Amino acid sequence: MQFWTFFFLISSFGIYIVIAWRSRVKETKEFYVASRGVPTIANGAAVAADWMSAASFIGMAGMIAFLGSDGSVYLMGWTGGYVLLALLLAPYLRKWGKFTVPEFVGDRYSDGVRVIAAICAIVISFTYVVGQMTGGGVVFSRFLGLSAEWAVVVAALVIFFYSVLGGMKGITYTQVAQYIVLITAYLIPAVAVSQQIGGFPIPQVTYGSILAELDQLRIDFGLDRFTEAFAGRDGGQLDVFLVTASLMIGTAGLPHVIIRFYTTKTVRGARFSAFWALLFISLLYLTAPAVGAFTKLNLLRGTEGATADDLPAWIAPWAEGGYVTLNEESGVIQTVSNNAASGADLIVSNDILVLASPEIGGMPAPIIGLMAAGGMAAALSTAAGLLLVISSAASHDIYYRMISKEKATEKTQMLVGRLAMAGALVVAIFAGLNPPAFVAQVVAFAFGLAASTFFPILILGIFWKKANAKGAAAGMLTGLIFSGGYMIYTLELFGLAANEHILGISPEGIGTIGAAVNFTVTIVVSNLTRPPSEEVQEMVESIRYPAKQQLEAAGKL
Amino acid sequence: MSDATQEGSSGAAPPAENDWRQRYWKKNLRLMIVLLAIWFTVSFGFGILLIEPLNTIEIVGFPLGLWFAQQGSIYTFVVLILVYALWMDRIDDEFGVSERNGKGERE
Repeated sequence: MQFWTFFFLISSFGIYIVIAWRSRVKETKEFYVASRGVPTIANGAAVAADWMSAASFIGMAGMIAFLGSDGSVYLMGWTGGYVLLALLLAPYLRKWGKFTVPEFVGDRYSDGVRVIAAICAIVISFTYVVGQMTGGGVVFSRFLGLSAEWAVVVAALVIFFYSVLGGMKGITYTQVAQYIVLITAYLIPAVAVSQQIGGFPIPQVTYGSILAELDQLRIDFGLDRFTEAFAGRDGGQLDVFLVTASLMIGTAGLPHVIIRFYTTKTVRGARFSAFWALLFISLLYLTAPAVGAFTKLNLLRGTEGATADDLPAWIAPWAEGGYVTLNEESGVIQTVSNNAASGADLIVSNDILVLASPEIGGMPAPIIGLMAAGGMAAALSTAAGLLLVISSAASHDIYYRMISKEKATEKTQMLVGRLAMAGALVVAIFAGLNPPAFVAQVVAFAFGLAASTFFPILILGIFWKKANAKGAAAGMLTGLIFSGGYMIYTLELFGLAANEHILGISPEGIGTIGAAVNFTVTIVVSNLTRPPSEEVQEMVESIRYPAKQQLEAAGKL
Repeated sequence: MSDATQEGSSGAAPPAENDWRQRYWKKNLRLMIVLLAIWFTVSFGFGILLIEPLNTIEIVGFPLGLWFAQQGSIYTFVVLILVYALWMDRIDDEFGVSERNGKGERE
């Protein structure tokens, strides 16, 4: 097994490095937006790889396996946001055509808003990137027996090579390769397990046919039925609604996803790459719930009536890594949980269900090696996209636009861009090695923060000419304070005790209300203060039309 | 194919000159609202608000509400974006604002 894991990891890394060398860049336009020359389908694949993180690849099916029906919050939340992005943001931001998200906000509103936005972009992306570093560590430590520290350093070196050398261009084309690696790695075991369990190779179909047996097994183990709605979350229907909405709105407001739409040739290209992106993403997201259900079924079948001695063979190596815990004294296994505090007989971490699925299903060694390469591809591609946002916010928005007042030469800008990228990576390595205690919790809440800060002022900035700088600044800050405040109130952060959820609303769902607060404040303040200048209103008008009107092309005019 | 633009060459009366802009924008907004209404109905409607009544209907093993929440909504999202992109091509062409290169070909 070791051989195949090394084989797939090293050959995939080799491909990324060759692509990076071939797409190295010299100009800022290449570095930040890949010269706006990325073909539509390639951009769709790059968005998909950018989007699907270590959490999507490694963790999501596992979460669904334990959450059951309510796993839908992640499935709908992390795909539905693309509809908002495609219809409301991507074409207009592409038409406006600059380098970063804070740059749009700064030009549309004011320099003050630009700085707030740049800081928000850095904070959101940073909390997110730490999760990718530790996710890569899980893959390395399990499959290569490498210590987690070295794993993080190796992953960082590969990212360093192609992001510093090639900027957005290098990142884009490696992401296309990474998408292919990760989707292949995800689908092959899923199809094989589907065939093995249900005798039919399409997981989305087999999924339905095993639900009755899975429900019955879960009842035997003292769990809720898999198909039972609102059983997995304490807040019930209201909470499921708010969390889904918060993830959708947050998805549409995440800077590392939005900037990918700056790289297409045309406005039309931005619309179609949103379609390709979601199509590519849906291949994994439609399969994930099936993988979750299959693995759970195999897990429960394998452990039903078993004792510590006759457990399936795949469990032992994971138990060594601490991802599976067995309560030895209890004899026959009666309860299974993913929660260490539950005191169940067998405790299995969410993070291993996908990586272990080929082993659980008894697949041959090459497929297990491919899973390792897929998990790494997911972590690397997302980390690189996030690092670009961090470095461009620092070097372009803060250094070039604010400090050098747009006077820096091309060469200096490139140097600062590369230095900022290297700096961001070094900080990410340290954070990945010693994750600050609060970061792991905050990752899931990056969405809530993006929803309550960026999304409302981007939408109003595009669709409402009267939205002004004072309104946007007030809206972003109240949204941030409102959502951030509720998260600090309900979670154990910064040494403060966790409080009860108000009305059962979990901190993941607060972003929906934060976004509503931001919308309201921005509208009220904008109405009370002076509307933006004529030029700004004309700029808002101009981004509505993909090109100048051509009489002949219009035909009947 | 000439590059004549409405702003530069048309001799029409000033109020009518930008009339097409409003019509274009209205068509765009109408399409957007229809698609977002479907988006909301399928995901939040079928997948969350009505999931329990829909779960009483079973189709090839799936309780229908669960199917919408974990599968059907995602299929719908993909189709919605495709319809949007294709429909906007038609609107762009109708108003002559699609992006074309020097030869008048779509870029």
